[in-house]
Amino acid sequence: MSLKVDLRHPLGEVALDARFEAPHGVTALFGRSGAGKTSVINAVAGLLHPHAGRVEVDGEVLFDAARGINVPVHRRRFGYVFQDARLFPHLDVRRNLLYGAPDDQGLGRVCDLLGIADLLARRPATLSGGEKARVAIGRALLSRPRMLLMDEPFAALDQARKEEILPYLERLRDEGGVPILYVSHNVEEVARLAATLVVLDRGRVVQSGPAEALFADPALAPLLGPRAAGAILSGRVVAHHDDGLTEVSAAGGRLFLPQVGQPAGTALRVRIEAQDVMLALEPPTGISALNVLPVVIAQMHQGQGPGVMVQLRAGEDLLLARVTRRSAQALGLVPGLACHAVIKSVAVAPGGVGRG
Amino acid sequence: MSALGDAAWLGPQEWAALRLSLKVAFWATLLSLPLGICVAHLLARGRFRGREILNVVVHMPLVLPPVVVGYLLLETFSPVAPLGQALAQIGVVFAFRWTGAALAAAVMGFPLMVRAIRLAIEAVDPKLEEAAATLGATRLRVFFTVSLPLSLPGVLAGAVLGFAKAMGEFGATITFVSNIPGETRTLPSAIYAFLQQPGADGAAWRLVLVSVLVATLALIASEALARRMARRVRA
Repeated sequence: MSLKVDLRHPLGEVALDARFEAPHGVTALFGRSGAGKTSVINAVAGLLHPHAGRVEVDGEVLFDAARGINVPVHRRRFGYVFQDARLFPHLDVRRNLLYGAPDDQGLGRVCDLLGIADLLARRPATLSGGEKARVAIGRALLSRPRMLLMDEPFAALDQARKEEILPYLERLRDEGGVPILYVSHNVEEVARLAATLVVLDRGRVVQSGPAEALFADPALAPLLGPRAAGAILSGRVVAHHDDGLTEVSAAGGRLFLPQVGQPAGTALRVRIEAQDVMLALEPPTGISALNVLPVVIAQMHQGQGPGVMVQLRAGEDLLLARVTRRSAQALGLVPGLACHAVIKSVAVAPGGVGRG
Repeated sequence: MSALGDAAWLGPQEWAALRLSLKVAFWATLLSLPLGICVAHLLARGRFRGREILNVVVHMPLVLPPVVVGYLLLETFSPVAPLGQALAQIGVVFAFRWTGAALAAAVMGFPLMVRAIRLAIEAVDPKLEEAAATLGATRLRVFFTVSLPLSLPGVLAGAVLGFAKAMGEFGATITFVSNIPGETRTLPSAIYAFLQQPGADGAAWRLVLVSVLVATLALIASEALARRMARRVRA
């Protein structure tokens, strides 16, 4: 399964000029609002007809402006989960779910996967925002799509609702077997879900590739916003301790995190924000931070402000640390230098920990 | 006052006029409704050349003098006109028949009906129709499973308007199919005829009351139905 997109289309003040590929798994289209993410996903679905370009899935051309090919929306077989759910108000949940389904065979499995079995007889108007989002995902899944398109399905939800649904999406990613093209401007969501990242800025693709590599790229940090920059570590739950901490083994060493609700052995993706990582030349003693990883400086990137983004190699994983230029000079930080990364356990937000 | 006292008792001629009007309005509404829905949908959602022309043609009966519409119908469907002749061959005759009264009523009520339905279809969120299309529904299926059910209250309103207009149609009817008792003498035509006749004021009054009663009942019934449908659509 691979989706190839190449689009050019005027969008008000900016011009969309995007070319990327989405392989299997979850591909996130990431960018600020107004970057053209929704237009890209609409063009893939067939709801927008770009002035020029091509959309191709597994060799099947769905759109080609030059050759006049434009497969209509209803024959493209994408399951689109809209930002506003768009459930049919006159149908109950069951009939919403089955609207695009050839039969009701998958209904039980999808209801279990999304936890919506109890809602079947309800009307959309009586559902909470989180329930609507899950029904919308189920409806798209049951239409047996070749790929799911998700346009910020959590935009209308508060943090608690989001936390309620993200685990379902992780299950969908791991068990559903359906590739997903996921539009978002939320770093945390993208870091938890995406294997591939396509970064869009003012209509153009500025970077694309494996999510872990891109999140650890210090040059990309300004685009994400310095406060949102942070790398993803992959690890595995080792044990839960009595004092409420979960021990996780990562390539670079042991980490202690605030309680993670997953059994021992579970693979994890832990996002560590660059601003939560301190650097020390000597192994620090007498500090409260529990996590000290030996690292080697791989790259440094100086942006506009007083900060320097430092990329660190911790075993096979990459970490990002944001320190001031003054500190970097005082410590004599240069690529190749071995030092220690200090991470406060409580700085790792529960929302930044997802199943790997 | 004696006229009002007798109002509960309709004479055979008056009954005939009422029955005929109901029959004419019923068939005029029923048969023009599918076409009205199609045209309303075309005007609301269609993107094609000549949409404005279609719009003007549909609204013509609303702005033309009814007598003109009746005369045009007569010229088109009279037994000596080519179309009237052709239709007569297959047994369809409009001129001076109750079927002609139904045709005239349908034509005159059409713009009102289309207008109401068009507004209702335009009010359906196109995003829901898009969502249905992404789920694999053809345009026809989207229409029957999303657009039409969601605009049903408006469709009903259009049907009631069409029915009311058909009950009251006079000018085009009398021009096209005349005023033949038992065949084309609908309520308005009968009231008009009674007013021409000395001493028939009572009959005219009774039919006036019947008209008011029928119109009121139709409105109440449609309001109740529309409320029920709207609740189903929203809740």
